[in-house]
Amino acid sequence: MADASAAPAGDSGRPVLQARGIVKRFGDLVANNGIDLAIGEGEIHALLGENGAGKSTLVKVLYGALQPDAGEILWQGESVAITSPTAARALGIGMVFQHFSLFEALTVAENVALGLPTRKPLREIAAEIGAISAAFGLPLDPTRLVHDLSVGERQRIEIVRCLLQDPKLIIMDEPTSVLTPQEADMLFGTLERLAGEGRAILYITHRLEEVRRLCRHATVLRQGRVVAAVAPRDETAASLARLMVGSDVRAVHHVRGTAGKAILEIRDLSLSADRLMGVPLRDISLAVCAGEVVAIAGVAGNGQSELFAALSGERASPADAIRIDGLPVGGWGITARRRLGAAFVPEERLGHSAVPRLSLSDNVILTRHGIGGVSRLGFVLHQRARRQAAEICTAFDVRKSGQDPEAASLSGGNLQKFAVGREILIKPRLLVVNQPTWGVDVGAAVMIRQAMVDLAMLGAAVLVISQDLDEILEIADRICVISHGRLSEAYPAQTLSLERIGLLMGGAHPERAVEEADAA
Amino acid sequence: MLLELERRPQHSSAMVLLSPLIAVGLTLLTAAALLAIIGVDPARGLAVYFVEPLSTSWSLQELALKASPLVLIAIGLSVCFIANTWNIGAEGQFIAGAILGGGFALSYHTTGAWWVLPIMLLLGALGGMVYALIPAILRVYFGANEILTSLMLVYVAQFGLDYLVRGPWRDPHGYNFPQTVNFEAAATMPLLFPGGRLHLGVVITLAVVVVALVFLGKTLLGFEIRVVGMAPRAGRFAGFNDRRDILLAFAVSGALAGLAGIIEVAGPIGQLLPSISPGYGFAAIIVAFLGRLNPLGILLAGLILALSYLGGEAAQISLRVPLDLTNVLQGVLLFYVLACDTFIVYRIRLLRWRRRVASGVP
Repeated sequence: MADASAAPAGDSGRPVLQARGIVKRFGDLVANNGIDLAIGEGEIHALLGENGAGKSTLVKVLYGALQPDAGEILWQGESVAITSPTAARALGIGMVFQHFSLFEALTVAENVALGLPTRKPLREIAAEIGAISAAFGLPLDPTRLVHDLSVGERQRIEIVRCLLQDPKLIIMDEPTSVLTPQEADMLFGTLERLAGEGRAILYITHRLEEVRRLCRHATVLRQGRVVAAVAPRDETAASLARLMVGSDVRAVHHVRGTAGKAILEIRDLSLSADRLMGVPLRDISLAVCAGEVVAIAGVAGNGQSELFAALSGERASPADAIRIDGLPVGGWGITARRRLGAAFVPEERLGHSAVPRLSLSDNVILTRHGIGGVSRLGFVLHQRARRQAAEICTAFDVRKSGQDPEAASLSGGNLQKFAVGREILIKPRLLVVNQPTWGVDVGAAVMIRQAMVDLAMLGAAVLVISQDLDEILEIADRICVISHGRLSEAYPAQTLSLERIGLLMGGAHPERAVEEADAA
Repeated sequence: MLLELERRPQHSSAMVLLSPLIAVGLTLLTAAALLAIIGVDPARGLAVYFVEPLSTSWSLQELALKASPLVLIAIGLSVCFIANTWNIGAEGQFIAGAILGGGFALSYHTTGAWWVLPIMLLLGALGGMVYALIPAILRVYFGANEILTSLMLVYVAQFGLDYLVRGPWRDPHGYNFPQTVNFEAAATMPLLFPGGRLHLGVVITLAVVVVALVFLGKTLLGFEIRVVGMAPRAGRFAGFNDRRDILLAFAVSGALAGLAGIIEVAGPIGQLLPSISPGYGFAAIIVAFLGRLNPLGILLAGLILALSYLGGEAAQISLRVPLDLTNVLQGVLLFYVLACDTFIVYRIRLLRWRRRVASGVP
């Protein structure tokens, strides 16, 4: 493997930050095992790796949220101890987190004010926000409420908040995972401008095309070690993926068949928002037929979870709005829908699709108690549940410690394989999945996608709600887009380009967006 | 050097069992310290408190009698706590059961019929159940905090009983003492063996322990209550009805508290008095947690708490220690159990400031 300590400090400029031999242990787990990293002035440096490779741990060490067990950090050539995020900010290290910490009921300026170390009048802050957003192409109105802003705009608040501290190094954690392609393009422009000013950027992602486009240096982590320091532009997405995973990544194999009769029909489904800041569903219509995979694209928070709740039966809707197999099930509960051969996998793993502190076998009972073999006459058959859990783990290669561990002890990818496998192994006629591979490593993601496609090829109707456009283009026969609680028409996958989906996701009127995209 | 709480990758099964033992140990240490402070030889004090009550057949029977209502109530409370709802008003449900069952006894105990006692027990359970459903319904349909409502209803029940025994139900030949007539034999718990103190209530308690073991461990409904308590969203995803489960949990726990109440007045007391419980309904909260919300654990924990009651009485008599010490120790015990439970999910790590450790670059 490439000698990591020789990682070029960048032809971009003298090193801003160097990490040498960083070691961080959590109990027996060595999350970071002698990591070396150097970032130069004006450099956009990618940090690549699967979930669990040690990216977040390393970033927390650099940002002062964790203390390394061994190793040294040099800031502009001098050895420093970064004891806290405050200390990191004082040095000139800023961070933009993947999950925003914003108060929805406050304005942009108020949110920024809350993050500042010193008190300042709101007027001054608003002026500074205006100056920064003009300088870096980050359009943002300081007086607007966060609640009314898109995810891209919210991210801009976080970036502006970070820039107000005038950082020399900006750490960005998976910034594009929540953005539309157009918003991501804007972000890239901003990042290049920041780098042009001499600021260094550490860019964490698992999206390989972005890295090839944006970064001239990349450090690849696997199992807590640096496995390569490469120049992404000399690599292909496949070769980068191979470095991350350590083996070749299979592509999803998909034979497109002919769709049969409609299994799931949604007709003019409208539901009011069921909580503060929820999204109301408006006139949603869609049919999913036997043998096809239909995907619903969209930026998070546009009604996906509300739609999932209505389809699963966790929330009741008018009887005729939802039909399974022609039966009006809108008012039925989730167990009755499962008995019709429907199966569901929600987005949130811990606390929704699984009970964190219950064993895997108990979690099997969770979705199978109404349909198959794990209960009789009101009694739970623990023995059978354990056997079924073992079957799921074997079939879906769920890695676990011990025979029947708690769900919470599994990694995200393995728990998701379990949650998907639990539903697919009962051979449902309809499968509805919300964000099937969210926060899941590449290997597990491929396996889950393949399993969904295989299920459709066996004749089931599969509906996938996802933010991941690459995933959608890989598996879907038809694609529609959800935006502000409205669902676009479903288009055959071959006719839709990434750009067109992006326009629909941005909330453009479906028909006009398509025309515009055609004209372009 | 720093102490840091670190989340364990998997919860510690050993700590689940060790935690109450450590808590009992710490409580004994605290008891010794408190005894020393008030001028009693700690060794002698602890012996009077916790050893002497175990030395005679009479006191062993008394122990079982005291543990019986505690265990009965605590089993019901454990169902509530497992469902993550907080019934703090078992004391009130205990009294409500005693009032309804006792009222029936006052009307019919002179008939001498065999059915008086069974109906009393049923009414006792019903009274507790209905009384517990008040906070449950307020919680489910109006979002009222069940901790407050169930607790406040305790005082309503206490004053209700007080009114009855001083007013309409007072024994006319009782020299104006606030008490009812003594129940006839048809309305009292039959003794298990003549000359002893143990009565049928102890058998009922043991039966409830067995039923609770099966209910919580083997039935789908028991599983459902556990899931709804641990992760309500996952419960709805499973198709479970969390509102119904909250009502059910309160109904079960109220019924068991009411049953304990009627057994107490039909057993050792034998009449209605203004005060019929030395705080069983509150002490049972400690029993439930000390017993890990597990029926067998609760059985053991009930015996421990009963011992503290007996020891407290003995210490009051022979050492002139105030009865308040018993209440303090019971509270301290709950405090230690909850504190020790932290270590089921977390462990302590010692941190040394080790920075800038030079290490060989690979």
